[in-house]
Amino acid sequence: MPHMTDERVRAGLAREEDLSLLHEVSMKTAGVSHLEMCIQCGTCGGSCPVAQAMDHTPRMLFAMLRAGMRDEVLRSNTMWLCVSCYHCVVRCPQEVHIADVMYTLKSMAIQAKLYTDSTAPDFSQTFIDMIKMFGRSYEMGLASRHYLRHFPLRLPGMMPMGYGMLTKGRMSMMPKKIKHMDQLKKIMARAKQLELTS
Amino acid sequence: MNKYLFYPGCSMESSGKAYGDSIRAIVEPLDLNFEEIDDWNCCGATEYLGINLIPAYSLIARNLALAAKQMNGTHTVVAPCSACYLNLAKADYYMQERPTLGERVNEALAAGDLQYKPGTLDVRHLIDILVYDVGLETIRSKVVRPLHGLKVVPYMGCMLPRPDYQHRWSDHEHPTELDDLLRALGADVIDYPLTTECCGGHMTQIGPETAFELIRRLIADADERGAHLMATVCPMCQMNIDAYQNETNHYFGTHYHMPVLFFTQLMGLAFGKEPDELGIGLELVSSRNALANIGIEVPVTQEPAGPHKKYEGLPMPRRWTKHEGKEAVK
Amino acid sequence: MTDKKLERVGVYVCHCGSNIAGTVDVVDVAKWAQEKLGHLGVVITREYKFMCSSLGQELITKDIKELGLTRVVVAACSPHLHEKTFRTAAKNAGLNPYLVELASIREQVSWVHTDKAVATAKAKAVVAGAVSRVIENVALDEIKVPINPNTLIVGGGIAGIQSALEIANAGFHVYLVEREPSIGGHMAQFDKTFPTLDCSACILTPRMVEAGTHPNITLLTWSDVVNVAGYVGNFHVTIKKKARFVNEELCTGCGICQEKCPKKVIDEVYEAGLGYRKAVYTPFAQAVPNFPVMDKENCTYFIKGTCKACEKFCPTGAIDFKQEDQLINIDVGNIVLATGYDLFDARRVSNYGYGRLPNVFTSLEFERLSNAAGPTSGNIVLRDGKTVPKNVGIIHCVGSRDKNFNNYCSVICCMQGLKFAHLVHERTGATVYNFYIDMRTAYKAYDEFYQRVLEEGTLFVRGKVAEVTDAARYDREKGKLIIQVEDTLAGKQRRIPVDMVILSSGLQPRSDAKEVGKLFGISCSTDGWFTEKHPKLDPVATMTEGIYIVGCAQGPKDIPSSVAQGAAASARVLDKILQKEVALEPIKAMVDKDKCSGCRICNGLCPFNAIAFIADDNISEINPALCQGCGTCVAACPAGAISGTGFSDEQIIAQIDGLLLRNLEPVGA
Repeated sequence: MPHMTDERVRAGLAREEDLSLLHEVSMKTAGVSHLEMCIQCGTCGGSCPVAQAMDHTPRMLFAMLRAGMRDEVLRSNTMWLCVSCYHCVVRCPQEVHIADVMYTLKSMAIQAKLYTDSTAPDFSQTFIDMIKMFGRSYEMGLASRHYLRHFPLRLPGMMPMGYGMLTKGRMSMMPKKIKHMDQLKKIMARAKQLELTS
Repeated sequence: MNKYLFYPGCSMESSGKAYGDSIRAIVEPLDLNFEEIDDWNCCGATEYLGINLIPAYSLIARNLALAAKQMNGTHTVVAPCSACYLNLAKADYYMQERPTLGERVNEALAAGDLQYKPGTLDVRHLIDILVYDVGLETIRSKVVRPLHGLKVVPYMGCMLPRPDYQHRWSDHEHPTELDDLLRALGADVIDYPLTTECCGGHMTQIGPETAFELIRRLIADADERGAHLMATVCPMCQMNIDAYQNETNHYFGTHYHMPVLFFTQLMGLAFGKEPDELGIGLELVSSRNALANIGIEVPVTQEPAGPHKKYEGLPMPRRWTKHEGKEAVK
Repeated sequence: MTDKKLERVGVYVCHCGSNIAGTVDVVDVAKWAQEKLGHLGVVITREYKFMCSSLGQELITKDIKELGLTRVVVAACSPHLHEKTFRTAAKNAGLNPYLVELASIREQVSWVHTDKAVATAKAKAVVAGAVSRVIENVALDEIKVPINPNTLIVGGGIAGIQSALEIANAGFHVYLVEREPSIGGHMAQFDKTFPTLDCSACILTPRMVEAGTHPNITLLTWSDVVNVAGYVGNFHVTIKKKARFVNEELCTGCGICQEKCPKKVIDEVYEAGLGYRKAVYTPFAQAVPNFPVMDKENCTYFIKGTCKACEKFCPTGAIDFKQEDQLINIDVGNIVLATGYDLFDARRVSNYGYGRLPNVFTSLEFERLSNAAGPTSGNIVLRDGKTVPKNVGIIHCVGSRDKNFNNYCSVICCMQGLKFAHLVHERTGATVYNFYIDMRTAYKAYDEFYQRVLEEGTLFVRGKVAEVTDAARYDREKGKLIIQVEDTLAGKQRRIPVDMVILSSGLQPRSDAKEVGKLFGISCSTDGWFTEKHPKLDPVATMTEGIYIVGCAQGPKDIPSSVAQGAAASARVLDKILQKEVALEPIKAMVDKDKCSGCRICNGLCPFNAIAFIADDNISEINPALCQGCGTCVAACPAGAISGTGFSDEQIIAQIDGLLLRNLEPVGA
C-alpha cells in the first residue's frame, strides 16, 4: 500500500489505525461491556444530559474507537463530562455498558496524559488521596486543596455556602479515620499491581 | 424487628447530616434494626472508577467483605446514599458477570485477609426497604400529622433507578416508589417528569457551568409546577440543589427559592417528630416557609388535589409500570 | 442369538468429503467391518466420498440387486438428513425400506471428537451396533390413511382469507374460524397501505365478502378452537362458537340495536382504544358477517337485568338473551394457522411517554385517526379531539431491534413511518420529522416510496429517539412535546419541539401464541413466533404434518408476503388433498395379546388416545392410525406385552451388544 509507507507515517501525513483499540477498551472495562455490539443508533448521545457541552457525543466516540483513532478519543472531553446518570445504559438497545466505558477512557486518558483539562483528573486524584490517608472522604481537605488549585476565583463567591456548611455541622474541620487503615493500605497496594486481561 | 446491615456512607455525618438524623428518628416507629458495618470505608463515589479499575472495586469490595463477615442473621445491606448503593450493587454484580474481575478483587482483598463471594449479599437502598419491606400500609398507619397541602416534587435522582441490574425499581425513567411513599404521608405529590434527571453529581466541583445548568433545569421545572419543596433520596443531590442554589441563581440571574429536604425528614414530620430531631434547618435554602403550609390546620381532603376538569378529548390508554407485568393489554 | 438363516448385510461408510474422513479413518472402519462383522452376515463393505450422491446410492442399489443383499447399513450423517434418501434407494432396488439402518458417524462421532484414534474406534462400535440391530429388523409397510378433503383455517385476516379462497375455489370445503366478531384482521383497521396508498378497506372488503358468501367456506366468527385431536388427514377439532345473543337466521344487519343501545364502551380492539362502541355492536360497517355481537361483560341487561333496548327495537326479533355457546365438532384433513400479530405495548418504553403524555400515539391509534371511518372521521388531530398539529414527529423502531424489548426487526415499521409522514403532509400540511436508525425499504416500489416522501419535504433525522418529554427547558419548548435525539449524521444532540408524536410500534406474537401452539401441537421460537419447518426452504410448513403457519403468525411481514404465504399453504393443502391418502410411518406400538393382562396402565398414558380397552377379551388394543410411536406405553407395560415395531427389545438389545463390541467373536468359536 504505497500511501501507508513509513515515511508518510513519520511525516504525519498518514496515520496508522489502531484496530486493537476497541478490544483493549472492552477488556479494561468492568463487567461485560458489549462495546462491539454498538449499532451507532445515537440513543446514548440523545439521552445524555450534558451532550451539548461534549466535543464528541458518546456514540461518536465509539465510532472513533472502532476506527482506531486513539489520540482523538483520549483527548476528547466527553468522558470527563459524564455524570454517570446511566440514562444511556438503560436505553441502549444493544446493552452496551456505556457509562463504564467512560470510566475506562478516563483512566486511559490519565495514563496517556492526553487530557486537555486537568480539573477532573486532579479532583479525582485529590479525593483518592484523602481516602488513602483516612479511609473516608474528607470534604474540608478536598475542597480547600481543589478550589485553591483550580477555582481560586470562585472561593469568595462560595464563602456563604462554606460558612453555612460549617456552622450547621455539615462539614467537619477534622477528618474521620477508619480503625484498620493498615488493612486498607495493604489491599490497595496489592490491587494496584493487578490488571484485567481477560 | 426487621434487621439489616447498614452502610451509612461518608456524607451521613457531614453534608448529609440531616439525612442521618432523620433516619435515626424513623427507624424506631418502623421497627427497623440497622446494624452499622464495622469499620466501613468510603466507597470512592465516582472518583476512583475513572482512575484505576481494580483498586476502585477493591475499595468498594472491602465493605462487602466486612458486611459478609458480620452478617448476623441478615444478608441485606442497606445504603441510604444513591452513589454508595450503586457502587456496592455494581461491584457485586460485575464480580459475578465478569469472573476475572471477581478473582482480581479477591486477590487484592486477600492481602488484607478478607474475601468476598459475589452474590452473598443483597444490596438495597433505604427507600427500597421502606416501600417494599416495611410497606406503604404500615407507613400510612404511623402518620399522625398528614402533610396535606404540602406540594412536594419527588426527586429520585439518576443513580437509584439506573442501571438497576437487580430489577428492583418499578421503572427506569418514571419510577413511582417515592411518589407513592410521599402520597402515603398525605402530601400533594406533583407529577414531575424530571424525577430521574441528573443533578450534576461532582460536576459542581469540576465543571460548574455544566452543573449549574443541570441544577437550573430541575429547579425551574419544579418551580413552574408550583412545588413548595423537593424531596430527595441522595445526599449528593440534596447538596447540589441546596448548597449550590445560591451560585446557580447568581450564574443565571434567577431568584429561585426551592428548598430540598430528604424524604426521611418528611416522614419524620408526618410521624409527629419535632423538626430539630430531623435536621430541619440544616438546609441552606430554608424550608421554613414551605413547611408553614402544614403548620396550619388544613381541612382534611379525601384525596390529594389533582387535575379534575372534565375531560372531553379522545380516550387515553391506561398507565402501566414494570411491576404490572409484561403482557400487552391492548 | 436367534437360530435363523444369516442375513446378507451390506455396510457403506461415507467420507462426507472431509466432514467424517477428516477425523475418522473411514477406510479402516470399512475394512474392520468386513473382517470382524462377517460372522454377523456382512458380505460387502464399501467406502465412498459422498454416499448420498446418485453415484453413492447406485453403489447400494447395484449391490442389492447383484449380491442379493437383505440388509443395508449406511454409516454417514444423522438419519434426520438422509434416512429417507437411502430407504427410498433401497425401495427402488426392491428391498423393503425398513431393512435399511443409518449409523450416525458424523454428528455423533466426527463432529464431536478431535482425537482420530478415539473417533475411529467409536465409529467402529457405532457401525457394529447398527449391523447387530439391522439383523433384527423386520420388513414393515407404510400405513396409508385417507385424507379428509376439508380444511380448517384459524384466523380471518388477509392471510387466512387468501388461503381460504384459494382452497375453496379449487372446489374443497373450508372452515374459517375467527375469534373476533368479523373477519378482516388488522388490515381492516388501516387507512392506507404502502407503497401504493391503496385504501385498505377497499382492497380487503371484496375479499371478505367473497369469503363470506363462498359456497365452499363455512364462516365461524366470534369462535375459538378449543380442542384438536388426530393427525394429518384426520384431525378432529372442537370449536366453541360463542353466544352472540343474536339469532343469525333472523338478523338482517340493519344496525338498529347498535343505534339504540345506551351503553358506550371504549373499543380496545378495533378502534385501538381511541374510539367507542356500544355493548351490542358490529366492529365496523363492512363487517363480515354483518351480525352484531353482544358484549356480555358490559351489557346492562347482563349486569343489572334491565334495559333490553335492543330487543325492544329489533324489527325481526333477532335478539336472544338466552343464547348459549355452541360446541361444534368438525373433521378436517389439514389446518392452516393464520392468527396474526399483537402490537407491541408502547407503554413499556417509558422514555417515550406513551400513556402519560396525551399527544403520543401508537401506529394503530394513528391509523384510526387517519381512517375516514374512524373516531375523528379521518381528521388528524391531537388527543383533545380538535387541534390540528403543526409539527409531527414519527419515531421508528419502537420496541424493535432493542435488547430491552424485542431483539428482532419488525419489518414494516420503516415503511409504516414513511406512510404516516405522507398522510400527515397530505392532510394537515404539518412539518414532519422521521427518526430512524436505518431505513429498511427493501421490496418492490418501497425505496421509490422513500424517495417520494423525501420529495414531499419530510425532515429525516438519523438517530434513535432518546426521550419524548413535556419538561420544557427554553421558552420555545413550552407547551410542546420535545423529542430529544442525537442527530448522528450531524453529530450533535437536538431537542425538537413538536405537537404530536407517532410511535411506529413493533409487531409481537399474539399473547397466547404458546397456548395456541400447544393446542395444535406446534412449537414457538424464543421470540414467540410459530416455528416453521425450515426457515429458508419451508416457511409455511411446521414439524407437525398437516399444520401450516402463514402470515404474521410465522413472523413479522407485510401484506404482499402474507398473501403469498397464504397462497403457498393452500398449494400444500391442495397437494395433500389431491393425493387422496397420506402414508404414515409404520413405527407403531403393538400389544401382544397373549401377554396382556388387562391392567390398563397404558390406556391413560397414551398422549394420543390411541389405546382402547376391549372389555370382552380383557386386553388393550392400539389403533395404529393414531399411534405416533412415542414409546411411552412400551416402557410402562409391567408385563412387557407392548413392543414397538422398529424398536423391538431384540433390536435394541442387539444394538447395545454391538456398540459394546460384545458380539465380535462368532457364536461357538
